[in-house]
Amino acid sequence: MKVLVPVKRVIDYNVKVRVKADGSGVDLANVKMSMNPFDEIAVEEAIRLKEAGKATEVVAVSIGVKQNQETLRTALAMGADRAILVVAADDVHTDIEPLAVAKILAAIVKEEEPGLVLAGKQAIDNDMNATGQMLSALLGWSQGTFASEVDIDGDNAKVTREVDGGLQTITVKMPTIITVDLRLNEPRYASLPNIMKAKRKPLDEKTPGDYGVDVTPRLTVVKTEEPAARAAGIKVGSVDELVAKLKEAGAV
Amino acid sequence: MDFALTEEQSAIFDMAYAFGQDNIAPHAQKWEAEGTIPKDLWPELAALGFGGLYVSEESGGSALSRLDATLVFEALSMACPSVAAFLSIHNMCAKMIDTFGSDELKARILPKAMTMETVLSYCLTEPGSGSDAAALKTRAEKTNEGYRLNGSKAFISGGGYSDAYVVMCRTGEDGPKGISTVVVEDGAEGLSFGALEEKMGWRSQPTAQVNFDNCLTATDNLVGEEGSGFKYAMAGLDGGRLNISACSLGAAQAGLNATLQYMSERKAFGKSIDQFQALQFRLADMEIELQAARTFLRQAAWKLDTGAPDATAFCAMAKKFVTETGSNVVDQCLQLHGGYGYLSDYGIEKLVRDLRVHQILEGTNEIMRVIVARHLIAR
Repeated sequence: MKVLVPVKRVIDYNVKVRVKADGSGVDLANVKMSMNPFDEIAVEEAIRLKEAGKATEVVAVSIGVKQNQETLRTALAMGADRAILVVAADDVHTDIEPLAVAKILAAIVKEEEPGLVLAGKQAIDNDMNATGQMLSALLGWSQGTFASEVDIDGDNAKVTREVDGGLQTITVKMPTIITVDLRLNEPRYASLPNIMKAKRKPLDEKTPGDYGVDVTPRLTVVKTEEPAARAAGIKVGSVDELVAKLKEAGAV
Repeated sequence: MDFALTEEQSAIFDMAYAFGQDNIAPHAQKWEAEGTIPKDLWPELAALGFGGLYVSEESGGSALSRLDATLVFEALSMACPSVAAFLSIHNMCAKMIDTFGSDELKARILPKAMTMETVLSYCLTEPGSGSDAAALKTRAEKTNEGYRLNGSKAFISGGGYSDAYVVMCRTGEDGPKGISTVVVEDGAEGLSFGALEEKMGWRSQPTAQVNFDNCLTATDNLVGEEGSGFKYAMAGLDGGRLNISACSLGAAQAGLNATLQYMSERKAFGKSIDQFQALQFRLADMEIELQAARTFLRQAAWKLDTGAPDATAFCAMAKKFVTETGSNVVDQCLQLHGGYGYLSDYGIEKLVRDLRVHQILEGTNEIMRVIVARHLIAR
């Protein structure tokens, strides 16, 4: 079974995010970028499936700017076998919307015929949480989202999902799309020899045109702004005062 | 000319940094208090290829360039310079064996050194000889049973902790040409250790005198040829100097990062202290000094990698400059932390203590000037 893992290049989770002066989005110029952490978990799971003998090949895909190559090399260094880069934008600020990404992925799935697509449940930049579900709809495949445990058994996959208030376990038919949550696994560090080997692994470069997909945005960003600064607190002199204040605020 | 790191180099730095932050930084103060680094750490590092950073691929190493290796040490030192420097010593020994050892010795020692089940220590300095290393007195007599060693080695990182010792000893005449290198495994007859040294910094590394009292090691444990030991010992030093410089650089960068954070939170006279121009200038100076140090270090590493004739002089210059810069920067970091910097909890005073020795070992900074001056005058 071949496993396809889409990975997104996003602003590094350690970076202090700054909104561009014109409010059109987040400033990504000269900012450290990394693989979306949920996608890293998906890559790790795919590699573990291969190590367990349940997958034969792991193919990583990234859609975005040319520099997404680095993100794919990270996946290759972790243990993916080969990579496909779809260069769909010149400017790092151009976000390729989930529907366009899902359409490109659907075309790649038809070409590559994987038995499983493992994706992050969402990207930490714009938190759309849509691509996996859209891909499932486009392909007519089953889906298991927010996975915290995955057990592939022949024609079925048992997926434990993190839902509001607990865990839900479902069985989905293969081939399927599984989007992964934070607690599924802890991604490995790429070893030094594997980092060096990654540059020798195949990386195909494509364009959206190769898959007949138009990536023109359908959404308009009206405004991007920083979260409101937290207002300063007050000091209370006694428990009575505290209770009075809480009552005043309707908190008790 | 291209000053940018390659994709792989960035990946190497990021990986080493992430490993250090996850697995070393949270324990650095505890390990210092305990005076030892848990031996379990080494196989974890080795699994990522850190056991033989610049050991050849045939011998199971990662075959990195020296420049790549400086990235590893810079990144790991951001977690703890004492742990990173200890790894440098093991790597220096492994590289010596890989470069100069016989195939038989390599096959016997290196596989376990690569997984770091065997941790290696470097034994050159003696109680009576430091900078004048070629005056070393530890003797090895060749007998029917093997080499019999007599003498002692001082300030040995990993003394009584490591699994094998790479020992420079005298097998012939006085001076550098009478020196050979032998491997002495832990548990060898006649091998003993002094008490653990109480030190200013590098306190997580167990350091002790290593004593040889008619200590027996196999003839096959000779590295390379008799009489070439001093040459081998010196060959490792250029790179060792780069590593130790990288350790100063990474630790000082971590200190600056912590200081920036602290200054944005600490308030005085109604504003955060990073808003005072006098202090901002200090921050700017530290940034400038560290960037200069980083560029100089990487240039020296590039010289060593490309076999430039002035590589030794550049390694010496970089070592002197970067280790002094690192110490100056962490001292400033402590000052900017005020009273809190003097407390152990903030981790800054540890950096001041840890980095101080970088001006002394791998050749003192005085010896670095000797090398540079000789290079200048001979030109």
